Amino acid sequence: MRLLYFAWVRERIGAGEETVEPPEAVRTVADLAAWLRGRSPGHADALGDPTKLRAAIDQRFVSLESELGPAKEVAFFPPVTGG
Amino acid sequence: MIRVSVDPAPIDIGTELAGIEETGAGAVASFIGIVRADDGVSGMELEHYPGMTEAVLCDLAEQAMTRWGLLSAVIVHRVGLMVPGDRVVLVATAAAHRREALDACAFLIDKLKTEAPFWKREIRGEDVRWVAARAGDGQAAARWTDGSPD
Repeated sequence: MRLLYFAWVRERIGAGEETVEPPEAVRTVADLAAWLRGRSPGHADALGDPTKLRAAIDQRFVSLESELGPAKEVAFFPPVTGG
Repeated sequence: MIRVSVDPAPIDIGTELAGIEETGAGAVASFIGIVRADDGVSGMELEHYPGMTEAVLCDLAEQAMTRWGLLSAVIVHRVGLMVPGDRVVLVATAAAHRREALDACAFLIDKLKTEAPFWKREIRGEDVRWVAARAGDGQAAARWTDGSPD
């Protein structure tokens, strides 16, 4: 599974992307964030507050409760601020 | 016609608006977002999610084309480093009459602000800070949803 990080999520993790193989028990986006928090202090900091976190599966916005299903690409980022 | 562009190059309003006029519309409406020099801001940097950004903007443009029967919709968003006075975004719509063009233009910029994956950070000399999302942007986007706000 390819993971992408943007804005301060990317900065705190210290990388814009990585490839991971989460265990079977990781079923939702929130599960994935919780599992990723164990990878490094940067991950724990970036993904620690779900209220400030938004996500996309295969380039479509999803809620953190969404099932990952056969997701190829999951992105984590703060609320958007374009325009 | 739909034109969506996400590019670090400066936005050329003359070319974009002349392009949309060629469709023979009776009305063209446009919105231009410009970097403000608020509180000593010396620069602004825009990051986005390549691929998803263009897909979201094309989807919004298609929604506007259908909902208001537009002849054209143009969304040009700049990314990368900018300074106060630089144009960040241009939205332009062409329709037979002004009401459709104006409403569709407002719809596109309101929805872009809450649905397109862009993130900006403000630079004040050595101080660089990510901009927080504003609750007012969510309300502005929600007014285009029929029924209760999302």
